[in-house]
Amino acid sequence: MPSSHVETPPGRWEHFPHQADMGVRGIGPTKEAAFEQAAVALTAVITNPESVRPVEAVSITCDAPDDELLLVDWLNALVYEMATRNMLFGRFTVQIDDHHLQATAWGEPVDVARHQPAVEAKGATYTALSVKQEPEGYWIAQCVVDV
Amino acid sequence: MDLQRLTRRDENEWIIEPRGTMRVPGVIYATESLIREMDDKVYEQVVNVATLPGIVRASYAMPDAHWGYGFPIGGVAAFNPDEGGVVSAGGVGFDISCGVRLLRTGLTAEELLPIKEQLADALFRHVPAGVGSTGRLRLNRDEMDAMLSGGAKWAVSRGYGLREDLALIEEGGCMAGADPDCVSDQAKKRQQDEMGTLGSGNHYLEVQRVAKVFDEQIGAAFGLREEDLVVSIHCGSRGLGHQIGTEFLKRMAVSASRHQIVLPDRELACAPINSEEGQEYLGAMRAAINCALANRQIITHLVREVFEKLLPSASLTLLYDVSHNTCKVETHEIDGKPTRLFVHRKGATRAFGPGHPDLPPSLRAVGQPVLIGGTMGTASYVLVGTTKGMALAYGSACHGAGRSMSRHQATRRWQGRDVVKELAGRGILIRSPSMRGVAEEAPGAYKDVSEVVEAADEAGLAKKVARLEPLVCIKG
Repeated sequence: MPSSHVETPPGRWEHFPHQADMGVRGIGPTKEAAFEQAAVALTAVITNPESVRPVEAVSITCDAPDDELLLVDWLNALVYEMATRNMLFGRFTVQIDDHHLQATAWGEPVDVARHQPAVEAKGATYTALSVKQEPEGYWIAQCVVDV
Repeated sequence: MDLQRLTRRDENEWIIEPRGTMRVPGVIYATESLIREMDDKVYEQVVNVATLPGIVRASYAMPDAHWGYGFPIGGVAAFNPDEGGVVSAGGVGFDISCGVRLLRTGLTAEELLPIKEQLADALFRHVPAGVGSTGRLRLNRDEMDAMLSGGAKWAVSRGYGLREDLALIEEGGCMAGADPDCVSDQAKKRQQDEMGTLGSGNHYLEVQRVAKVFDEQIGAAFGLREEDLVVSIHCGSRGLGHQIGTEFLKRMAVSASRHQIVLPDRELACAPINSEEGQEYLGAMRAAINCALANRQIITHLVREVFEKLLPSASLTLLYDVSHNTCKVETHEIDGKPTRLFVHRKGATRAFGPGHPDLPPSLRAVGQPVLIGGTMGTASYVLVGTTKGMALAYGSACHGAGRSMSRHQATRRWQGRDVVKELAGRGILIRSPSMRGVAEEAPGAYKDVSEVVEAADEAGLAKKVARLEPLVCIKG
């Protein structure tokens, strides 16, 4: 069952249970929107995404042989940027062109008192990994994140 | 897990008979009630590991096994390089060489009482913990490489801790065969200011009392008496290990088909030991082991600084330092012949029995201390490796409680502040930068560590020596 979601168009995100860790799922009208929402779900593992101010923009690009590996690469790129810049991100725009992803993530430096970050994300995994378009037309992008 | 699918070989030993593409059987060590509670995914993952090339004897699961990535957490498997054996990034996991170190203090729990709050506050101030925390050290490129080659030995040479600490760490504090050139610039960048930090999640620093000694003789050999005050440090290789895990998982998943390896699950990503990917992973993974050993060594130094100030009569000495996410080269007897194997322990602790040549002289006669971490409100345990355990699963035991509830369920059930208050009422002081983090780590979200330890003891994997109970816990 969906455990939490925000109805901010275009799409929404939710977490799904994993015994030790947490599953992140983005849902949207396009593959790009699903990737953006999956990123919001990743931030929500750590803190409330709405508490993150879009102060600074960071550009991210990745390439992978298929959509699923691209999703893992995208989330891992965010994990890397969060760790090395000591930042959190709350807003994302993603463009995907033939397994090449170009994105901008907006966020701000971690403020422990305000963000109350619960846990670090160690990396996105291939567990429950899936990127697909449902018969109804919307896209789902999901995987489990190791924390 | 459905008992019908298993053959019971012994009270606490359950077999998955080989079928399909399994090369060896699966063996799960657990009580009947632990088996019943175990996720079906553990069964599936034990079976999947049993299909990998070059696996020797069996695919094992420890009593605390739960659903992991590729390998179950609590999984043990050994591979023979001369039989096409593999090394698996998924079989080690993201938090390479995450482990536990136990320090004796030479004090009793009673001596802590007058300054318990002060000590909790000072440790929380002095040892960086939580998301985005950084250490006082910033490593340049040369120092980073020296750390990755030298491990705890490097840390001691830079003034963190004592030379005599080293013998009481696996590998003498320095993992041989580490190759910093196999570690990416990204992994190094993630680590440059994370040395000497605890991290977050289930990692912690605890001041504990020895609540019970089960085996007086071994307890004495370990220098543990009831009511002694001890310190446990649980953390790993931080961002560096996570990045190495991430990068090699992808590389091995992509290269598997080139090596004619069929992966039943991408997360089992592996490469032949005797391949470029395999060798480079080993070089990088061993560097990450050194990173974890150096990290726990630096934290030990920080803890000693705090004790020196507040409890100057304390003398903090190592009982031992164990790692529970590793792949190590070990010699084990297979069909009567000593055989060199690559033993993967994923969420499993090495538990060498008495007489093992890799143990320091001071511990060789009794066996290796096996340190099992609990949760904030429950007990931790000290066990000892056994001769029987060497024959069961290459000298391996469980590593901790394992979650029984997801993080999300935990935050819905508990408020961090209430957890802190409730534990304070039981004499356990919690210090953490994140109340949400405390709620996610609430003791009730974990399985009962005692049952897991009993099962390991009854199966003969390791023998109970002492139970430790928390007094102060610094959570990331």
